[in-house]
Amino acid sequence: MRFRERNTTRSMKTDVKLTSMVKTSGCAAKLPPEKLHRVIDNLPLMSSDKLLEGFESADDALVYQVTDDIVSVQTVDFFPPMVDDPYIFGQVAAANALSDIYAMGGTPNVAMNLLCFPSCLDLEVMEQILLGGISKVKEANAVIAGGHTIADPTPKYGLCVTGFMKKDQVWSNKGAKVGDAVVLTKALGVGIINTAAKASEASEESVSQAVDSMTRLNKVARDIAIRYQVHAATDVTGFSLAGHSQECAAASGVTIRFDAKSIPIIDGALELAQFGFIPEGRYTNQDYLFEKVRFAKELPQELVDVIYDPQTSGGLLLFMPKADAKAFVAEMDKPYCKLIGEVVPKTDRDVEFV
Amino acid sequence: MELDCRGLSCPEPVVLTKRAVKDNPASIDVLVDHVAGLENVSRFLRAMKYEVSVTEGKGEWRISAKK
Repeated sequence: MRFRERNTTRSMKTDVKLTSMVKTSGCAAKLPPEKLHRVIDNLPLMSSDKLLEGFESADDALVYQVTDDIVSVQTVDFFPPMVDDPYIFGQVAAANALSDIYAMGGTPNVAMNLLCFPSCLDLEVMEQILLGGISKVKEANAVIAGGHTIADPTPKYGLCVTGFMKKDQVWSNKGAKVGDAVVLTKALGVGIINTAAKASEASEESVSQAVDSMTRLNKVARDIAIRYQVHAATDVTGFSLAGHSQECAAASGVTIRFDAKSIPIIDGALELAQFGFIPEGRYTNQDYLFEKVRFAKELPQELVDVIYDPQTSGGLLLFMPKADAKAFVAEMDKPYCKLIGEVVPKTDRDVEFV
Repeated sequence: MELDCRGLSCPEPVVLTKRAVKDNPASIDVLVDHVAGLENVSRFLRAMKYEVSVTEGKGEWRISAKK
């Protein structure tokens, strides 16, 4: 396969604004969970003694036993564009899909493309999307082997990814223990920034921070974290910090208490939320979570907005013994990677923000 | 002044509201037909120092803002 560098193919014939072709974008395009569960809860549950994690556990990927000590971890993720540049869209979609494997503690090995592409768009746009995806798969040290493309008025792109790993090294979302510290490895607010960018209201600095965050692989965070004790892990995407932490808390039978003021946030997101540049997914997240999550009364509304904000290609949420968490954050040494909460015995809520 | 944002998805209602209050009118009514539009337009008008009240209809809302 030949890899053309990005700059040699930048002479786009058509000036395409990808986000103008979609209603919802990125992980904000997820079907609301209560609708999803109305259907999947009634489906026959398929089981196999080799299927170690299936979709009943709301984990990030399925885990299937290959040999006595090796499992394959599989995931698929795709969505409509949240940025106008097709190359960056490809990078974000790929980083997001690869993240589910990192969230299980593994590394991706093979990936396949999933592409829906409008017949009215220049093929160069398609090439840019796929090149963006390839660049991230290369960075992940995995390979792309084929895929499937269909004509569709709304562009969508993503990957089906498989990683192979040792069975006893899989991180699940259900092992959080009382006393664990909670670490988040990327700043929140990309849903708000993307919504504001669609209205041309986000600053260049905010957009560049959001793009930098969405295109960043969770590889480094995972590679460092495996050298410490990790009791549970997930990644923060469309269901927001509130939603994904609630899944971990419920699966682990504990309550997660966040120190809301210590949550890393992309510059400008709080101000843009005050002015109502907020994706619809923020409100659907609150609809299904409000009985499970408590916010201290004094927390400003814009901070609550960020906590419910659907993230595209968000960071890892790691549950680790306190000393390990502190050492991990120090080793990561990034402003967007912070210790933001602790695991406490179960209260009447799964998640609390104080 | 009345602004009809029914049928529009976010961030369009806020974009149109922002345009409509550019000359700082003393009052404006905005019609929306989903919760995100209601919440986002209300947040925007409050940030612009308007006093906001809401009347609910069938699947739609009238946001009345006054200075």
